[in-house]
Amino acid sequence: MTDHLVEVTQLRKEFGGLVATNDIDFTVERGSIVSLIGPNGAGKTTFFNQLTGVYQPTSGSILFDGVEVVGMPPHAITALGIGRTFQNIRLFAQMTALENVLVGMHSCLHGGILGSIFRTPKVRREEAAAREKARELLVYSGLPKRHEEQAGSLPYGDQRRLEVARALATDPKLLLLDEPTAGMNPQETATFIAFVRRVRDEKQLTVLLIEHDMKVVMGVSERCTVLEYGEKIAEGTPAVIQSNERVIEAYLGKGAVG
Amino acid sequence: MTGLRHRAWSAAGNRNTVAVVVLLVLALIYPTIVGSLQLVPVIGDFVPKTDSMVVMVVFTTMAIGLNMVVGYAGLLDLGYVAFYAVGAYTAGWFASQQFSQVSIDFGAAGIPDGLPGIHISMWLVLPVAGALTMLAGTAIGIPTLRLRGDYLAIVTLGFGEIVPQVVRNADNVYGFDLTHGTFGITPIDSLGFGAVGAALGLPESFRQSSDRAQWYFWFAVVILLITVFCSVRLRDSRLGRAWIAIREDETAAAAMGVPLMRTKTWAYAIGAFFGGVAGAFYASFKGGAFPADFYFNISVFLLCMVILGGVGSVWGVILGGMLLSYLNVEGLANIGSTIQATGLAFDPTKYQFGIYGSIIVLMMLFRPAGLIPERRHRVEMEEGVHDTPFYDVQREGTLTDRDGSDD
Repeated sequence: MTDHLVEVTQLRKEFGGLVATNDIDFTVERGSIVSLIGPNGAGKTTFFNQLTGVYQPTSGSILFDGVEVVGMPPHAITALGIGRTFQNIRLFAQMTALENVLVGMHSCLHGGILGSIFRTPKVRREEAAAREKARELLVYSGLPKRHEEQAGSLPYGDQRRLEVARALATDPKLLLLDEPTAGMNPQETATFIAFVRRVRDEKQLTVLLIEHDMKVVMGVSERCTVLEYGEKIAEGTPAVIQSNERVIEAYLGKGAVG
Repeated sequence: MTGLRHRAWSAAGNRNTVAVVVLLVLALIYPTIVGSLQLVPVIGDFVPKTDSMVVMVVFTTMAIGLNMVVGYAGLLDLGYVAFYAVGAYTAGWFASQQFSQVSIDFGAAGIPDGLPGIHISMWLVLPVAGALTMLAGTAIGIPTLRLRGDYLAIVTLGFGEIVPQVVRNADNVYGFDLTHGTFGITPIDSLGFGAVGAALGLPESFRQSSDRAQWYFWFAVVILLITVFCSVRLRDSRLGRAWIAIREDETAAAAMGVPLMRTKTWAYAIGAFFGGVAGAFYASFKGGAFPADFYFNISVFLLCMVILGGVGSVWGVILGGMLLSYLNVEGLANIGSTIQATGLAFDPTKYQFGIYGSIIVLMMLFRPAGLIPERRHRVEMEEGVHDTPFYDVQREGTLTDRDGSDD
């Protein structure tokens, strides 16, 4: 029996009359790298937002590691082990790179109010250890320096890497990447693909990513799910997806096949 | 690079320590030298009396408290005066003759034996007032902090108006006089060293001593220092980071595991705590709590201090607070009398709100981050931020499929 980390059943989200995700069934196997693809407006990010509790589904269920997460607030879902990045980078621009990662560790730290005011030895130790770990994560994610610089003033590629570092700081079991290679050049993209594989292997993560770049999709993912107009139209290995008629039609229009 | 920054920071830390020590020494000698300062030609006319300094320091303390809510967590609170009111009335309940049905004396300074009413030592009343105000802050916060931005501001504005109205009308709660209505509660007990202090040659009660202003001033400075200390320590803690993260991007903060409601409520409650302590202290200094003290303009006035000094910047807010409250307490009057001495019939105190308004407008035009900007804002002003990523064109087209921003 396969071990599913994520089990989504009949997930439906309506915005007024518009059905953004239409009764989607979806599973992610533990330890795999899965891509979610589809044309603009297919409902991919809405799907992510329901997974992370930003949106409440109209109906349906999401089991994460055996726990129903529908109805839970975003921070609780993060604490369960879902870390994410955003399509349009959402760093805390005025905080330093290091502080951004430290915010990601929020639910792993315990420093209380009185402890913080008096800087008890326990809080000091915890804070020092957190900073150490945050620096390691930054280096690990490809940011060896500029830790004290404001996130907003970092170059674009570094901001993307910082977002991943921040997501990893939440100590996730599942890493959601929303168009992580958008705006990267081919070399950066290739490095990033290698990085995603490495993270998955070394940190025993499961990765779910939204991607437009077919090279990335084919290069990194073990399985693909294709959405169009809120519906799942295909699922399978990248090779199967690549030759699926409906997928080609969705991307290139009718008549493109054959 | 990193090393350099670190050294720069610790240098800043040393400078801060030096600044604190210098200010402390100044505060210690101020009541003694103020008389001679006032004799200095020209500037002597503008030197604030020790009495005025007490008011200035108390209001600065409130501004520091408000800065935790507005500056750190980015929650625009237009009803902070409510916390000042709760603090002042707590002092009224526990340290005056308000509840004359009973007669309790617990270490209160300078009151005759058998005086009716509850008289708890003001030293105890201060933290109690803080705690009660914190509870009030939490109670107000839980229903309102679900709102964002402008909506939150409007609801807090409402609470800021409700509290003085309640205070004004709670003189007959089913026959029970809770607040003494428009007359307010007076006299409220003084701070003092009590009988033990008197034996050591210290004033038993500040109010009855000839150095009333001096003692209140010193302890106002102590309270301000404690507030600043807590404020800075919290800013640099796990909680402070979460506050700033919420200010920067609420959705992203939640996605990083920051519980929004709890974190915001803490900001509100802790900000309220210091407002309550300052309010109780001020009530004791003035000897009363009156509903007319808690108008909306106080909330705005405190907010102006924060904006003038630099939103989020502790040193800035201290400067802004001292400056604006100086103008309010006696500065404008001093300027007015100087102008009138030249024969011009111009009284700036009549135009005080116009003047404060102009100051804020000028600040917004020429120095929007405040007199002493927060470190974060300063870098932003100097280096600029890349806030329009070029990949934005690739954003998914429909309104509904946008990334998380549901506001």
